[in-house]
Amino acid sequence: MTSKVHLDHAHLLHLLKAMIRIRRFEAKCVELYQAQEILGFLHLYDGEEAVSVGVIEALTPQDAIIATYREHGQALARGVDPGCLMAEMMGKLNGCCRGRGGSMHFFDRSHRFYGGNAIVGGGLPLALGVALADKMQGRSSVTACFFGEGAVDEGEFHETLNLAKLWRLPILFVCENNRYSMGMAVERAEADIDFVHKASGYRIAGEKVDGMDVVAVESAAKNAVDRVRSDSEPYFLECQTYRFRAHSMFDAQLYRSKDEVEEWRKKGPILRFRTWLEANRLIKAEELSTIEEAVEKEIAAAVAFAAAGGLEPVSEIDRFVTMEAIPS
Amino acid sequence: MPALGADMEAGTLVEWLVKPGDRVNSGDVIAVVETQKGAIEVEVFQTGVLSDILVPVGERVPVGTVLAQIDGAERATPAPAAEPVITPPPIVAPRKTPPLRAVVAPRVGRLKVTPAARRRAAALNVDIATIVTGSGVEGSIRLADVESAGAAPVRAAAKRGLDLSQMRKAIAAAMSRSKREIPHYYLTETVDLSAASTWIERFNVDKPPVERILPAVLFLKAAALALREQLRLNGAYENDAFVPSSNIHVGWAISLRGGGLIAPAIRDADKKSLAELMGAMRDLVERARRGNLRSSELTSPTVTVTNVGDRGAESVTGIIYPPQVSIVGFGRVVARPWVVDGRIESRPLVTVTLAADHRATDGHIGGLYLAAVARLLQEPEKL
Amino acid sequence: MSAPQTNPTATRITYREACKQALREALLADSRVFLMGEDIGRYGGCYAVTKGLLKEFGEERIRDTPLSESAFVGAGVGAAMAGMRPIVEIMTVNFSLLALDQILNNAVTIPHMSGGQFAIPLVIRMATGGGRRVAAQHSRSLEGWYAHIPGLRILTPATVEDARFMLKGALADPNPVIIFEHVMLYNMESDLSSDVTEVDIARAMTHRPGRDVSLITYGGSLSKALQAADALAADGIEAEVIDLRVLRPLDTKAILESVSKTRRCVIIDEGWRSGSISAEIGMRIVEEAFFELDAPLRRVCSREVPIPYAAHLEDACLPQTATIVAAARELVRPT
Repeated sequence: MTSKVHLDHAHLLHLLKAMIRIRRFEAKCVELYQAQEILGFLHLYDGEEAVSVGVIEALTPQDAIIATYREHGQALARGVDPGCLMAEMMGKLNGCCRGRGGSMHFFDRSHRFYGGNAIVGGGLPLALGVALADKMQGRSSVTACFFGEGAVDEGEFHETLNLAKLWRLPILFVCENNRYSMGMAVERAEADIDFVHKASGYRIAGEKVDGMDVVAVESAAKNAVDRVRSDSEPYFLECQTYRFRAHSMFDAQLYRSKDEVEEWRKKGPILRFRTWLEANRLIKAEELSTIEEAVEKEIAAAVAFAAAGGLEPVSEIDRFVTMEAIPS
Repeated sequence: MPALGADMEAGTLVEWLVKPGDRVNSGDVIAVVETQKGAIEVEVFQTGVLSDILVPVGERVPVGTVLAQIDGAERATPAPAAEPVITPPPIVAPRKTPPLRAVVAPRVGRLKVTPAARRRAAALNVDIATIVTGSGVEGSIRLADVESAGAAPVRAAAKRGLDLSQMRKAIAAAMSRSKREIPHYYLTETVDLSAASTWIERFNVDKPPVERILPAVLFLKAAALALREQLRLNGAYENDAFVPSSNIHVGWAISLRGGGLIAPAIRDADKKSLAELMGAMRDLVERARRGNLRSSELTSPTVTVTNVGDRGAESVTGIIYPPQVSIVGFGRVVARPWVVDGRIESRPLVTVTLAADHRATDGHIGGLYLAAVARLLQEPEKL
Repeated sequence: MSAPQTNPTATRITYREACKQALREALLADSRVFLMGEDIGRYGGCYAVTKGLLKEFGEERIRDTPLSESAFVGAGVGAAMAGMRPIVEIMTVNFSLLALDQILNNAVTIPHMSGGQFAIPLVIRMATGGGRRVAAQHSRSLEGWYAHIPGLRILTPATVEDARFMLKGALADPNPVIIFEHVMLYNMESDLSSDVTEVDIARAMTHRPGRDVSLITYGGSLSKALQAADALAADGIEAEVIDLRVLRPLDTKAILESVSKTRRCVIIDEGWRSGSISAEIGMRIVEEAFFELDAPLRRVCSREVPIPYAAHLEDACLPQTATIVAAARELVRPT
């Protein structure tokens, strides 16, 4: 199933860099959060980077993305400028949403990034509409709809899967199964923990993939996206992954053991991929340090960009409550 | 704040004539209050030392509010309420009609004034406190009330004096209430005034103008004396019961220049001489037109007599002033053919009309009363 | 409401037919327009508004949906974000509660939260109101709730003309618009002049001028208010009847002008009194026209109970002409 993925040297380094970028970006966010430069909720993607990097690698710029409140990874993997994202984290006017959305609500129209969404399951019906609009307007775009396994418990999940199949909409459903909906373990929340099986209840094809393996995710996603595009049918991808850090910042993590977290850390997507690259002599030490330095510079530039940003004047607070025109 | 009329709810204190520490005697006038009927002097019925003034000048307070404190108060005379009354016979007729709502419910506390009325009052320089009867929701004073108050010509005058637009309202309220609540019956009698006219002419012939009497005085005295024979026409109907009065205080209707009507009391009219009555009438007319009546004069009438005089109509059928139960009207004296001993002669005649409250009396009593008036007017020298 | 037949080119149609003509016109005018909703296609619409449209426009544009309010309303939001002009029908307002997440959390939030990157030109139509003896769950009047939400435009066509032309204005609006069609109005017939081709969707309308008291209402209560005005006229009381037409953004100016003239106001609202649109209107009057008032404000609202099935009970719950008359009379001529 990996035949379509071009595992050339540059691509492998690109995947590694994309994951490291997300990891470093979020590490900086934690630092800024503790310095109170970033406020509110901060849901980190630490441990799940392979999912967004792998899936989005399979998309074209014409494809659309719907994400969740844990969407830093998707936005960065999609190529949204880290400076705009960091500025958004810091509530600045030069943020991607003028500082109005913050961590949970990145939007970027130019990247067809239809938002982080803080309502669990709330993004799924939007994916129907975006895919329907593309289809009705004759575009061959695919909509990648990310959601956590907790969203499967919402009615909107079931309504959406049913309608997507019924109307044969080109949606790639990406279930990021990190095993916990906040503190609720998947085994304690699901009568059936086989999510692909649930999707099959709506006659939607799907598969499970190791979400800690970026190559496996990319490979599965490429096949899935091709299938969605060619058949104009939804597809379901369950990416099994793990969140290394707290649900949000203020979380004592009483619901899981440190040993469990440590076990998963050993399988961490960056560590694992880097180790595999090193073991197969696909990366040199200086290449790794070049990547790390480049990412450090990117992040430093992003922070500088954000820090230099101004604040939206309070006088503009009413702007866009209603739109005067439809943006083109 | 004394109640100075059935429809009075509140008054504005406009002047204190005494200060704390002053000794006051029963009957003294101690303050002046402004009502819809004009400025009225407040008498005390106690003797003592005024220790405290509780309501300052300019404040509008509801009836019943204590205005001042008098220490060592001793009642010099029995309070009006303690006056001996004739025990009324039991009223047996069941009353199916529920008591009608009072024209204006007693207003306690803050005045209700609509915002629009308040703003207009400021623009027109109308003192809202002088508007007693609000016509709005829950008795609130609304725009129209202020505008009619603001349109009254006497507004520019000093605070003391009559507010005719307010008086008009008070009359409207009292008369409307009367017509709503009181089942009137009317009886009329035409009386030959030959004897009375002759007697007056003779009485006046050598008198200076100030001592001369008018036929109206005879009417007043006759009406008052006749009431002694029919006391059930004299008193007050309140709280579903008639309370007769043994004192005959005649409210003498006085029309005011520019409109308006007021009927202050001539106390114990039946006991006063014609000269005394004439003096009392002159005094009342003068003070009424100045807007300078005493509070007790407005509250004490037990009956009303109205005389239309030389320029009036031939007969007058009155509307009872609540809570009184009768009003006696005398028309203009006219010369008319009259049968005397089978012959037609020209005689001066007056039409006397009684309007009486059927809840208190029946027509039989009224008939006897008019007959008494007619009889008394035939013997003017005995009046 | 029913204009006299002075215009020779006027045609007499029902409110239902006016709604349908509006939809048909929209579908013909713009290929991006499509309809979604439960039983709008083969069934012809619960209230028969969309009957015949499937045959004319096909399944691609007249989309029957499963009973998944959140999914198809959310699909409308997403499609609007991605360039379409969806018109979503929710069968009745009570079912809209199942889609409230999509309306509130997405449709009205995304334009602002995205810093103006996305507009949501979505039109949602739904039936509202009581009077059809269908008991509590189907007799809601929740348009006042929706009027609470910034970012929405709330339209309440009370006349055939508004039913015919408000949709056009709604589709031209780059923002989510909810059109509340009162269930008791679908069979109402009225003349429609051929001169009129559009109506504005920003202003209230004075249906009857008067100087003594303003009757401010909307939707299904308009006809009751007009009947009340007739009854009051027989009494010598001239009532001014204002049809709000738009509950959000409220035409405050029209309300204040009327009340400043009449100085008395009865607000008739089929919603429950507490926290209602009538409360909002009353408060705006007090805030901005306090010194014009010559009487307390009065409201005629639905009784604060779940609307019962039994006819006499339902009638006792809803605003009625007699209660409007009594409220107005009390303000003008207190007893």
